[in-house]
Amino acid sequence: MTRQQILDLDYLDARSKLIDIAAFLDRVDRAKGEADFRLAALKTALRQLAESTSSDRAAQTLLAFSDPTKEPIAKAPGKGAVGAWAGASDAAN
Amino acid sequence: MRYIEPHAHMVSRTTDDYQAMVMAGCQAVCEPAFWAGFDRGSVEGFRDYFRQLTDYEPKRAAKFGLPHFCWLCINPKEAEDVAFAKDVVALVPEFLECPTVLGIGEIGLNKNSRNELEILEMQVDLAARHDQMILVHTPHLEDKLKGTRLTLDVLKADSRIRPDRVIIDHVEEHTVKMVLDEGFWAGMTLYPESKCTPVRAIDILETYGNERLWINSACDWGVSIPLNVARTGVEMRRRGWSAAAVEKVLFDNPHQFLSQNPRFKLP
Ligand SMILES: [Zn+2]
Repeated sequence: MTRQQILDLDYLDARSKLIDIAAFLDRVDRAKGEADFRLAALKTALRQLAESTSSDRAAQTLLAFSDPTKEPIAKAPGKGAVGAWAGASDAAN
Repeated sequence: MRYIEPHAHMVSRTTDDYQAMVMAGCQAVCEPAFWAGFDRGSVEGFRDYFRQLTDYEPKRAAKFGLPHFCWLCINPKEAEDVAFAKDVVALVPEFLECPTVLGIGEIGLNKNSRNELEILEMQVDLAARHDQMILVHTPHLEDKLKGTRLTLDVLKADSRIRPDRVIIDHVEEHTVKMVLDEGFWAGMTLYPESKCTPVRAIDILETYGNERLWINSACDWGVSIPLNVARTGVEMRRRGWSAAAVEKVLFDNPHQFLSQNPRFKLP
């Protein structure tokens, strides 16, 4: 497909998702209380995405949220995942 | 459009879902054993679940003319209690001779803990000893990258395991390459809020080629879309794919992988 064809197919969808993210960040701003590491992870990923010129942006965005460590943990703390690696903010502090 | 749904948790779905899948062109459905959304209270609870997967669910699917196959194991979400998990693993061989059992799955990791890893290794060994194919679940969200790497290490460390008889499921853009590079099959799961979406699955196919890849809906008791494989076929056509190219990914690929087990026969 040509770039023009892809823009014709998917531009409005991508634009709409971007505005959803902007509105989500506004909603978080309007709310009270402390945020947590998930918000920081999202903002870091957004910054990286905006600056990226490589054609593996989806993989890089997923990596931005991923636990990069290699060793298994001693015990599962529960069953769920939250979408961002808590250790990223620990490492930054 | 003909397709195979290679990963769906039909025990959680309604008869309407069966009917809609058949109407959309589904030719067979495969159901890996997994978590019920809560921990089972006893090993006998798993025996009942395995009976449901090997006996009752194929009959329910047959009412809609849909061949139903399954994979058996203890899932990683219930593997943290190692003693309990070992008792469940000991139960699995009883069911391996059932005519619709395709192999061991979906085994894998969830939070990437040592206990989960021990049970994963034990079930890889079980598969090797019984010459079974393997279906692997990879963890969710932030845990997927690490869990995929650890899983590949376990599989590669066992010389009895042939990568072409193992599918590693729920890959995304950051894990698909490492799976394919090691010779394994890779599955893409189409979920509304996590894992992959139809458009991204097609991107991955356009980037990495259409060999050793399948797509599935993994529909279960959570927010999920049983017709997402068929929807992806529609999206592929919208993206300019030929009907033959769509059928290659939606039907031929899962058929090729699953047919390594002679039990996987379509009417
Ligand atoms: Zn599953």
